[in-house]
Amino acid sequence: MTPHDDQMLLDTPFASRVQAACELREWESWKGYASPIAYEDVELEYFAVRNATGVFDLTPMTKYRIGGPDAPAFLNRLLTRDVGRVRPGRVGYTVWCNDAGMVLDDGTLFHLSPGDYRLCAQERCLDWLLTSALGLEVAIVDETAEVAALAVQGPTSCAALRAMGLSGLETLKPFGLRHYPFDGGELMVSRTGFTGDLGYEVWVAPAHAEALWDALFAAGRNYLIRPMGNAALELARIEAGFIQAGVDFVPAEQVVRNGRARSPFELGLDWLVDFDKGHFTGRTALLKERAQGSRFRFVRLDVEGNKPASESFILNKRGKTVGHATSAAWCPSAKRNVALASLEMPWGRPEDELYAEIYFSRELRWTRVEARCRIIDGSIWYPPRRRQTPAPDF
Amino acid sequence: MTDAAYDALVIGAGHNGLACAAYLARRGRKVLVLESGERPGGLAATREFADGFRVSAAAHLLNMLSPEVAKDLALERHGLAYAARNLKTVVLPGDGRQLVIDGDRLEGASGNDQAAFTEFQRQMRRFAKVLNRFCTRPFPRLAERRRRDNWLLAKLAWDMHTLGKADMRELLRIGAINIHDVVEEKFENPLLKAALSMDAVLGSHMGPRSPNTVYAYLHRHLNDAGAGPALVKGGMGALGDAFAAAAQASGAAIRYRQRVARIDLADCQTVGVTLADGSAIAAPLVVSNADVKSTFRLVGPLNLDAGFVRRVHNFRARGVTAKLHLALDGLPEFPGLDPADAGSRLLAAATMDGIEGAFNHAKYGECSPEPIMEISIPTVHDDSLAPPGKHVLSAVAQYAPYTLKAGWPAGREAFMRSCLGRLEAISPGIGERVIAAELLTPPDLEARFGVRGGHWHHGEIALDQALFTRPVPGANHYATPVPGLCLCGASTHPGGGLLGLAGRNSAKAILSGEAAS
Repeated sequence: MTPHDDQMLLDTPFASRVQAACELREWESWKGYASPIAYEDVELEYFAVRNATGVFDLTPMTKYRIGGPDAPAFLNRLLTRDVGRVRPGRVGYTVWCNDAGMVLDDGTLFHLSPGDYRLCAQERCLDWLLTSALGLEVAIVDETAEVAALAVQGPTSCAALRAMGLSGLETLKPFGLRHYPFDGGELMVSRTGFTGDLGYEVWVAPAHAEALWDALFAAGRNYLIRPMGNAALELARIEAGFIQAGVDFVPAEQVVRNGRARSPFELGLDWLVDFDKGHFTGRTALLKERAQGSRFRFVRLDVEGNKPASESFILNKRGKTVGHATSAAWCPSAKRNVALASLEMPWGRPEDELYAEIYFSRELRWTRVEARCRIIDGSIWYPPRRRQTPAPDF
Repeated sequence: MTDAAYDALVIGAGHNGLACAAYLARRGRKVLVLESGERPGGLAATREFADGFRVSAAAHLLNMLSPEVAKDLALERHGLAYAARNLKTVVLPGDGRQLVIDGDRLEGASGNDQAAFTEFQRQMRRFAKVLNRFCTRPFPRLAERRRRDNWLLAKLAWDMHTLGKADMRELLRIGAINIHDVVEEKFENPLLKAALSMDAVLGSHMGPRSPNTVYAYLHRHLNDAGAGPALVKGGMGALGDAFAAAAQASGAAIRYRQRVARIDLADCQTVGVTLADGSAIAAPLVVSNADVKSTFRLVGPLNLDAGFVRRVHNFRARGVTAKLHLALDGLPEFPGLDPADAGSRLLAAATMDGIEGAFNHAKYGECSPEPIMEISIPTVHDDSLAPPGKHVLSAVAQYAPYTLKAGWPAGREAFMRSCLGRLEAISPGIGERVIAAELLTPPDLEARFGVRGGHWHHGEIALDQALFTRPVPGANHYATPVPGLCLCGASTHPGGGLLGLAGRNSAKAILSGEAAS
């Protein structure tokens, strides 16, 4: 980890370019790094990612390199999904739990080469990784500062990256990864992202970061490439229905109050839990939960009207509070008012009549509405290009 | 699992393993005890360390054995005999002074101290009696709020209530603090204070000023009603033999030289064990008398939740206690001590500060240059242990930390010299009588008896690792997170010392279904 002795907020290796592009100078701390909320305009950035290409500096994402003879067994015990199915050159989305089966974080596991892994996480979790390594031969290195990364997302992202010289990139399948020579070094591309669209993440050593930014923006000029900040990304990920640690659930290691953590089942992530792969941390508790039932249900709601149901209570038809929204936004491309919500069981069944209690102000006059909510079955933003291989040209 | 030849396998023929096997077998369970060594008893062992000289290899005085267990298993019928009982304790600072503790009676202390000691003994007996109930009854499970647990909790509360206002207040006042502060406010005589402190720190990585030492003191006096310890005839191995005979009489089988290499699981459930020679023995229940760290090593971290492995990893079990054995060509003389008292429990310690000073070294990975010792010359009472006219001296010596900065074996020589130096001070000329000497360090105890960290009690006896949190949350109540695997050793409540209660309680929990996970 990089010390903060001289600087409260660290710069990423793209800082010179990010600072030059960030007209609004609105910054926030993302795990100790200065990260732009928006560069010029949130809407423009959001529409760039939906209609052209948005570029997001994701260097502050926590990254752990995991190797050693016991690495596959270690990861299989750490993560809820079967790591054996994430083959070399592939990436898998996953969660990990504590003993009580409560989610500590979600993230992506990169199987870089046989037995060599990178785990990307929202939260810092070195302590938990080291705990999970007790008695095992595993090498774990926090390489957050040693790897610079840009998310290049949107319909023209593949074309822009090809124009930068990544020939044949269109054949890379979703959740695949590939290496290219770049700037006298090497660049890794993975077809991954947090926008629910066609998109890539590009990983380089910090020394090549500025060269990457420059080459990408030069090549992307004709593809309407644009840097994007956290606000536009947040909008895109809510539209895609992705959950975020610290927002849609409290990482179990940070929970203070009893009962505030959530299991994978309670986050709608049943499909990530593999009970057939052998033991993993939380398995016993999750088996028990599966048998006895969960406390909460996680739902995506289509909320009537256009007022975001941010931090809203969700009511049943008798007006009783049955849950609350964890994330909400009016989603311009899907043209829906989306809320992600955690509801007490058994609420959230298709037949349930639910309302979001929304407060909003217009010129200092506050209004309260109870907006009807409908459960969204599946995704509301899932363009075919997200899965298509070869990736279509736009 | 109906094809398994045994209902239960017990790993380790220590006294708790044998007690557990005996209680299970008495209720018709087919039990097989697997012991890696050649003899039963575990840390209750007699060892021939020099030609013709035998000695209790680890624990050498018996003051904790549960009367219930002794009675249930008819240990005396199975060969347990005492060479001496109610031994006096004599404190020898090495400067000619001495203090004798004979039950409630002091010799060499002031009238004030005698009065205070009588009251102290009375109070400690009452506290130990309550604690004893906490140790013999099943403990309530607090989270589950069943009627049975509420009833058990009410009984424990009633036990506390029976102490009466004054004693209960005193127990709550001193129960979690250190022995130094308690004896400092009650007594004048430094030798008396040192002797009481030693009872609280023997076997533990603690000094008199460490919190929890009052609890450790009570734990030591759980069953002796304030009387002195006993000496087992034939050395402590005879106690192990008696437990083994009792287990076998109950119908349990014992196999020696069978080292368990792995606890086998199928579909995350215990199905038996695999031995070091590769052969497997199937059973639906495995009860481990091994310490908690060794036990879960046999399961393997990949079969356990990470948080649980961390708790087991953090279970404090750093041994600081070494064992010194001397073969002597005659009875050593202790200036000022009546030769008839040479067979007493002799304590080489002068002041609480001296003990604390000795402990300081252990904190930093060094052996104490002036060790404290609990000495017994069993041959005064039991001539079977040495050739005629010869004697053996057995001493529990502290502090010798398991992890030594200078490393064992370099430290072994130095610590042996320190111990002999201390002995020479209380018994001038003893060095010339030594025919053979042996020092068992914590790593030796680990290697010989399989206890991780060489800790006598498998882990510190302290409030955070006691009662319903012993050894760790998730493995308390004798059950473990692995279905079909239970614990019965000193790592479990009520802990170490030659009590036999952990084995008994474990068997009772298994039989009642309380230990089913």
